[in-house]
Amino acid sequence: MNARKPEDVITPFEISELKKPLLKKLFLRMVRAREFEEKLYYLFLTTQMPGTMHQATGQEAVAVGVVSALNADDYVTSTHRGHGHCIAKDVPLDLMMAEMFAKRNGVCKGMGGSMHLCDFSRGMLGAFGIVGAGIPIATGAALSSVVRDTEQVAVCFFGDGAINEGVFHEALNMASLWKLPVVYVIENNQYALSMPNELVSAVTNLSSRGCGYNIPGETVDGNNVTAVYRAAKKAVDRARDGKGPFLLECITYRVRGHARFEPANYRKKDEVEEWKKYDPILRFKDAVLNKGKLSEKELKEIEDQVKEEIEKAVEFAKAGEDVGAEDYLQFIYGKQANAGGAA
Amino acid sequence: MRKLSLAEAVREAMIQEMDADKNVILIGEDVGRFNGAFHVSHGMLDKFGPKRVWDTPISEAGFMGIGIGAALTGLRPVIEFQYADFMFCAMDQIVNEAAKLRLMSGGQASVPVVMRAPQGATGRAAQHSQSVEAYFMHTPGLYVAMPATAYDAKGLMISAMRMNDPVLILEHKLLYGAASPGGGKALSDNSIGEIGSEVPEEPYTIPFGKADIKRTGEDVTIVATLIMLHRAMAVAEDLGKEGISCEVIDPRTIVPLDEETILNSVRKTNRAVVISEDVNRGGVCSEITSIISTKAFDFLDAPVAQVCADNTPIPFGPASEKHVIPQVSDIREVVYRVLKDQ
Repeated sequence: MNARKPEDVITPFEISELKKPLLKKLFLRMVRAREFEEKLYYLFLTTQMPGTMHQATGQEAVAVGVVSALNADDYVTSTHRGHGHCIAKDVPLDLMMAEMFAKRNGVCKGMGGSMHLCDFSRGMLGAFGIVGAGIPIATGAALSSVVRDTEQVAVCFFGDGAINEGVFHEALNMASLWKLPVVYVIENNQYALSMPNELVSAVTNLSSRGCGYNIPGETVDGNNVTAVYRAAKKAVDRARDGKGPFLLECITYRVRGHARFEPANYRKKDEVEEWKKYDPILRFKDAVLNKGKLSEKELKEIEDQVKEEIEKAVEFAKAGEDVGAEDYLQFIYGKQANAGGAA
Repeated sequence: MRKLSLAEAVREAMIQEMDADKNVILIGEDVGRFNGAFHVSHGMLDKFGPKRVWDTPISEAGFMGIGIGAALTGLRPVIEFQYADFMFCAMDQIVNEAAKLRLMSGGQASVPVVMRAPQGATGRAAQHSQSVEAYFMHTPGLYVAMPATAYDAKGLMISAMRMNDPVLILEHKLLYGAASPGGGKALSDNSIGEIGSEVPEEPYTIPFGKADIKRTGEDVTIVATLIMLHRAMAVAEDLGKEGISCEVIDPRTIVPLDEETILNSVRKTNRAVVISEDVNRGGVCSEITSIISTKAFDFLDAPVAQVCADNTPIPFGPASEKHVIPQVSDIREVVYRVLKDQ
């Protein structure tokens, strides 16, 4: 059992109608996501960083393409492989980096780490370390925007592994029944730890899983950021219009192992090397340069900007105070001001 | 003052809070069209409409997660589980998500959901009878209340709906004083007295972590919740006639647990009996026993006694169920024994 071949997945870039600021934003966010994780990898290798992490190297176009189709106050839920989703939602790199270092100035005060990054001030409702757990939660955020009568849409990222969890089915049914403004994004990186899609899913076209719940779906080339953006925009606009949920499958490839240094020996080296040729950032650069949309200089400027941001983020993190032994005590329960002096 | 059944008291609490705060919504199976399996949400769909009262499919994990997502984004959902046993379908959402999100997010996330669930053995066999409090008392990040009277139920429910963390309210089917729709007359238990109580009309709160001494006494401290509280009261009343003075304490909330009220009582009576309808292995009864035994050891004239369910799934046969669940006679026997122990 192997992953799909890139030639069966990839589609050409259509960027003629996309404006320069958007293209720059897409590139900036993808490079940030890539470089942030490359830096993490180095920091782990050199044992400077505690804990664990799951890299989404090669999957950046999914996070960035989808989130770039959202408004700033829309909601996003993420996964254990979620650095890119946060970065696309503009969670500051320095706060994220400090969290990775378990610092008090981390975005979650050093209480969550890589698998639980969230930033409520930016609608980033959390990465969930339990596979599929965010699916009903994003659905609830969408129900909330209906009850509160706002225009907010919720986007729910999860992997190909999560569609076999019960909550996927429960949540999709309710979202469709109640026409909730939620877009479900299957970030299909083709492996659930060691298991390729074919060995765990009875259907290969994962976006067809919505059929049983009367939810339309589409499968797109997840290494093509403009294809992802375009499909997401359509789904998000549709949800905002009150037409209900959408199931978007973005096929990509998990270039690295499952976590940190996991060697992924259950797949062939050739397969990985083949997919690396379709790196979403390289493909984007080729496309914009070929079409004359962005210049080498403009791309280089963005890359340099990101390198600087990352170095600053590491400095910020290292300068932060370590989490103290009893910091957690303030976060178990909140204040209960209106509840008759409770607790 | 007028009397309400426990079901009516919980309903009044929900209606008053929903009137006062448009962000409070009700979610659950059959809570709307059917008025709730135990009539607790009677009339609420008509009053508040389908945007505030959500009749769900049978998807406990799904609607628990929806409640969490709604809570994270400004709403205050009340989630009804039709039977406490069904909560196990939603354990990941309750334990891994609702209970942990505040800490994992470094205090950014508030999950103000109130979960309500009826428990207790009422002839419905093992999957509709379990007492579930131990699982949730064990889970940091949750609050757990167990109101045994209509007065406590309304006050605790209003507090719960105003709190900023997940709260579980465990109710007992035999204490509702309401019939399930289509279930004929109200479930009741002839071992206890009248279960309705005087309930003020205006909204009021009862703080979590404050036990209520339901009866004062000098000879022995009895700690009990839900229907066991009423059975303990019946025993205390009876023993009173023999000149034995029992102090009966209802913790009302087991998270947080009002240790001081319990310990102060034991320091006075020097004897304690802890009662629970749940099994004792790894249970709430064992927890309270441990607290008394370690923190009031020097005051004890006898080992702390426990009256709990046998360590078994609840059997269907009425004789078996009755044998497994502590009855008035079991409680009386243990209280006698503790009083004789030197």
